[in-house]
Amino acid sequence: MQHAALRVPQEIITIRKGAFDMNTQSRGSKPTANIQTLFALTSLAALGLSACSAATDSDEVTLQLFTHDSFAAFLLEDAPELLEEFTTQTGTEVRVLVAEDDTSLANQLVLTKNSPIADVVFGIDTNTAGRVTGQDVLVAHRPEALGTAEETFLLPSGEGAELLTPISHGDVSLNIDTEWFASSGVAEPETLADLLKEEYRGLAVVTNPTTSTPGLAFLFATIAEFGEQGWQQYWRDFLGNDQKIAAGWTEAYYTDFTRAGGDRPIVLSYASSPAFDAETASLNQTAYRQVEYAGIIKGTRYEDEARALIDFLFSAEFQSAIHAYYVFPVNSAATVPEEWQERVSIPDNPLSLAPSLIEQNRQEWLLEWAEIAGGH
Amino acid sequence: MGVALSLGFIGIFFLWPVLKVIGLGFFGEFGGLNIESAIEILQRPRTLRALSQTLAQAGVASIVAAVIGIPLAFLLYRFRFPGRDLFRSLVIVPFVMPTVVVGTAFNSLLSESGWLGSLGMAGSFPAVVAALVFFNISVVVRTVGASWEQLDTTQEEAAASLGAGRIRVFATITLPRLFPAIASSFAIVFLFCATSFGLVMTLGGPAITTIETEIYFMTVQLLDLQAASVLSVLQFAVVLLALGLSAWLRRRTGGVAVALASRTMRLKLKNWPLVLLGIAVLTALALPLANLVQRSFTGVEGFTLQYYRNLFDSGQQLSVDAAGALWNSLQAATLASAIALSIGIISALTLNRLATRHRFASATLDTIMMLPLGISTVTVGLGFLLALNTPPFDLRSSAILVPIAQSLIALPLVLRVLLPVLNRINPRLRQAASSMGAAPWQVVRDVDLRMSIKPIAAGFGFAFAASLGEFGAAVFLARADRPTLPVVIYRLLGRPGAENYETALAASVLLAVMTIAVIMLAERASKGVSGVF
Repeated sequence: MQHAALRVPQEIITIRKGAFDMNTQSRGSKPTANIQTLFALTSLAALGLSACSAATDSDEVTLQLFTHDSFAAFLLEDAPELLEEFTTQTGTEVRVLVAEDDTSLANQLVLTKNSPIADVVFGIDTNTAGRVTGQDVLVAHRPEALGTAEETFLLPSGEGAELLTPISHGDVSLNIDTEWFASSGVAEPETLADLLKEEYRGLAVVTNPTTSTPGLAFLFATIAEFGEQGWQQYWRDFLGNDQKIAAGWTEAYYTDFTRAGGDRPIVLSYASSPAFDAETASLNQTAYRQVEYAGIIKGTRYEDEARALIDFLFSAEFQSAIHAYYVFPVNSAATVPEEWQERVSIPDNPLSLAPSLIEQNRQEWLLEWAEIAGGH
Repeated sequence: MGVALSLGFIGIFFLWPVLKVIGLGFFGEFGGLNIESAIEILQRPRTLRALSQTLAQAGVASIVAAVIGIPLAFLLYRFRFPGRDLFRSLVIVPFVMPTVVVGTAFNSLLSESGWLGSLGMAGSFPAVVAALVFFNISVVVRTVGASWEQLDTTQEEAAASLGAGRIRVFATITLPRLFPAIASSFAIVFLFCATSFGLVMTLGGPAITTIETEIYFMTVQLLDLQAASVLSVLQFAVVLLALGLSAWLRRRTGGVAVALASRTMRLKLKNWPLVLLGIAVLTALALPLANLVQRSFTGVEGFTLQYYRNLFDSGQQLSVDAAGALWNSLQAATLASAIALSIGIISALTLNRLATRHRFASATLDTIMMLPLGISTVTVGLGFLLALNTPPFDLRSSAILVPIAQSLIALPLVLRVLLPVLNRINPRLRQAASSMGAAPWQVVRDVDLRMSIKPIAAGFGFAFAASLGEFGAAVFLARADRPTLPVVIYRLLGRPGAENYETALAASVLLAVMTIAVIMLAERASKGVSGVF
């Protein structure tokens, strides 16, 4: 247990010991021993319950940071020294709370607005901002370090520009197995429209927008490219050309993609993915921009500390490490390691949609998409 | 008091949260649902498709699981042969594997270039059913097996000595006494299949939607709590239908009181059909698993332990704290199975005592205890978020929520293993004990618990396995970050890069080995005790 946030309540340890005693004791002894242990366990469990809910107040401030699983893994496992640094600088501890993914995170934020669950949120992105910013769940904040260079990453004014601070950006894009294309003699595709051509029949796998975050971004990419009236026909032709829809990124990248032994050399992933596999490349003309934001949750008792944490997340120091989370820094003073710059290029003109447009149409688009894909 | 405790637990951690979610669709800020709009939602083609898919998929899968599982239970719980205990615990491994791991394993088998690719099953109804059977067969084997193991064989022997053929003995004597267990396991498997999410998504493709996937879609993607609430009511209806059917089947066969003298037989040559079945099922279970194990040991240059080193050596390129996650998993699973087992024993005793005098009350309580198996974890998780938000129950971000959510799923499993055995204990034994001056708690200790120690151990193993897996890891749980092993597996599988996939497989193998060890330990321990009888 290397992190303060992972401290184990004493009660739980006791319970664990008790349970192991149960296994050893029951061998050959009277069964009553088990039953007594069990009742003891139940009461201990109840004790643990009350202890867990009571242990919130103490002298030093503990900020609760609410985020999604992939950022939590980065913060606590890949780079635990970053939060430790924040605690050293400010004396504020950070406890990380985790939601499944970006959509659940936004939902939980909205649904708990009358009894907030944390002080700071990270992980609201371009696709979910529209769900959150109109709901009066955030407090306005802008880091002093945020200048004109970073303003392009702000949400449109009136749609959350003052509420959410941009921290990182990444692009969902199609990746290809360069080795496969080199040895098969087929020319590498470049655009979304290429996937409708006969020579790329059955070569691509993307993910389901109703269950997968990159899948949703890809649907938005096709809407941004072909327009609100044109994307439906694109998808009919896309599926008609035997392209596959997998449930999620894992299934697509680790089973269907040729690099994992699958049948398809074109896969939906991120523009940063080639940093981890030199035999792949991102098709940057298919890239869709996702910016991730942090914000202060309304109702926090520790507004000053919350502001300090967001400023820390925006700082060049923090952002120079953020590539390990597979994204690029927003702060123009932050650096990206050289081997990254060699393998990954940031798309010049990524596709994007306005968050308000997304929120207005998400339901209709998804239902429409499901009809097209389901009927296929 | 038993009633109060059982109802209290289910009430606070299940009924209240779920009713709050349903209520939210009808009233409150996100609601405003009236009867017309509810009917409109029910009549949507999407809803009707999901309903029929749910019924078909769960119905077919639970029938197939029963047809294969019952003879397998016979083989594993009535015969002695070398390796039997290992085989018994092996059957349960699929049950704890993360669905994404099993899903990808099935996918690679079924994909165009896979071993079974020529069957053309990828993304089809049979693929989903096959995976569901693979996942749930252990429920049938263990539930029916625990009951079969304790059957008194003297009746069968008497009938056989009077000239009844083996099939007739089985059909007229053995089967009726197993019926409660068969009906129970049928209900459990049906509910698991009806609420399966990951497998359906991975193997079914976008064309297959069930009530469960529809609830996820409406709640998480669209935040349409009105539709979610109507669908939850529909799901309740399906669950009640399944449980009602199962209870009706159980009641048709009265609990014949039997003593607990079990005798296992040596496996002989004439049992070849059973042996063949055993080999076939073992192969079918082992195929996807063997594939995983092999890949977890195979590097670019042949055999390697690198992926296992990644898990435990922090100096490696991948920063995974598998030891910490293993520890978190063990803690959560121990706590969850302790809760499930203690409340399960109390509930089973209560249900058993109630059954003689208050049949209706007993049946109602029984149904309530089973409900968590059939209700979407999305709904339960959302309910936790909305209902458990005021002290002393502000548990929304507490580490205790994961074990509690898991114990909700483990509790019905404990109950279904334990109750058939308790119900078969001859009530005269209890009367005799009382008339000789034993206090009620002594009767419980010396009659009920002593005679059901094996099913208690089986129930513990089951609960532990269910909790080690990812059950109860609901989308709406804002959990404190103490990643369990399944969470680590998901994280590894969610990022690109060399060795991530193989290391995730190594973590899955670790999860499987740990499950086998715990289950074998529990059974070994119970054997030491029940050897007395």
